[in-house]
Amino acid sequence: MLTVLQSPHPFWALLGILIAVLTVAAGLIWFERRLLALWQDRYGPNRVGPFGLLQVVADMIKIFTKEDWIPPFADRWVFVLAPAIVVATALFGFAVIPFSPTIIISDLNIGLLFFLAMSSLGVYSVVLGGWSSDNKYALLGALRAAAQMLSYEVFMGLAVMGTVMLAGSFSLGAIVQAQARTHWFVLPQFLGFVLFFIAGVAETRRLPFDLPEAESELVAGFHSEYSGMKFGMFFVGEYIGVTLISCLITVLFWGGWLGPWLPGLIWFALKMFAFIAFFILLRAALPRPRFDQLMAWGWKLMLPLALANLLVTGAIILAVR
Amino acid sequence: MLSILRTIWDVFLHAFRRRVTIQYPEQKAYLAARYRGRIILARDPDGGERCVACYLCAVACPVDCIALQATEDATGRRYPEFFRINFSRCIYCGFCEEACPTYAIQLTPDTEMGEYRRQDMVYEKEDLLIAGTGKYPGYNFWRIAGVQIGGKDKGDAERESPPVDLRSLMP
Repeated sequence: MLTVLQSPHPFWALLGILIAVLTVAAGLIWFERRLLALWQDRYGPNRVGPFGLLQVVADMIKIFTKEDWIPPFADRWVFVLAPAIVVATALFGFAVIPFSPTIIISDLNIGLLFFLAMSSLGVYSVVLGGWSSDNKYALLGALRAAAQMLSYEVFMGLAVMGTVMLAGSFSLGAIVQAQARTHWFVLPQFLGFVLFFIAGVAETRRLPFDLPEAESELVAGFHSEYSGMKFGMFFVGEYIGVTLISCLITVLFWGGWLGPWLPGLIWFALKMFAFIAFFILLRAALPRPRFDQLMAWGWKLMLPLALANLLVTGAIILAVR
Repeated sequence: MLSILRTIWDVFLHAFRRRVTIQYPEQKAYLAARYRGRIILARDPDGGERCVACYLCAVACPVDCIALQATEDATGRRYPEFFRINFSRCIYCGFCEEACPTYAIQLTPDTEMGEYRRQDMVYEKEDLLIAGTGKYPGYNFWRIAGVQIGGKDKGDAERESPPVDLRSLMP
């Protein structure tokens, strides 16, 4: 029987996860720049503090002391609200992630649905930010973001249904426990893993699917008009999103905290950082597709593949039973 | 599809390549001997100033960053009374070096001339003059030129024939 995971000290788990996630998201500023530099035969920031680690602090000081400018033509309240939404929804997603059997905020029985809901709400941030900026580039970016994130969310949900069928539960804790009993779901659900990863990249608006930002075409896309810490919130929100997707891939397909010798939390962190690094590798390696290509892949390739994966997985489960 | 995976793998392999960055203040980049950097004024092998204050460098300069004033010493040698280069204007094109008939003005492989005050970028003659001959060690303009100066009459220069006596009928 699967047990509902519970933390012995829920408050401390909450506080610890919040601090850890924000630290990781801020640290990714440094991590991403160093890794990109590594793959481009450079060093990246290595001057501020040991290995340039204090670059994060320097960037923070810089972004906090920048002029916090709200354009006079912007829709003021929505403009201020939009960057908060992206961070809030991404942070909510961490509520259902089981980092180890005892470090979890809430093992909801619909945990996966909760995550999908939160990541859908994240679209509002981008769309409202682009809309309230009252700027053609921001609006174009927001339009693209809306279309892209809706299309990729469809098969993102379908891609994980295979794991849900195998585990027999939407609870993320139960999914990891099911993997402990059998094997990691990346083996039977490799296609689902690939689809979910691609959808995750699109969902976090990371390269190569960063069309809502598309510096070379749209200035900075939906956050063209943002400056100071409001821009910083979009920035951190994106990194929290990357961390969240990496956590989910770890939980859904790569056995979460499972692993020999080392404690569960270490295994979780190792797997998570491996996927974060892969996110960054994609950014270093791949060019941005055209928008019609992006849409065509989403609807004509990824969605049928996800549906086929769903049907085949279901058929095999029925046949075995 | 396969090309995408191939690209990702190739970029990943770059993690094991040598990094091309030069860690500047600790490590210096190699600058070629003919690199066009900080401008200097060279001297003769004898230690005298090479510059004859002909103004050709100031004329050639596309940004008008060279200012000088010609004068003569007691022996008749021309030299600049002042010679001033405004390095905040200089574009290091090297036209002055090309224009110079006496190899006096030369560009050197040195770029480290940042200053906190703009005024400090204006170099006077004593800042520009160096002790040596720069890129042309043996050259001495006043030994070669046919100009008459104190201690060197007409015909005394190297490879110069004695002056012709116009009134003589002898071949």
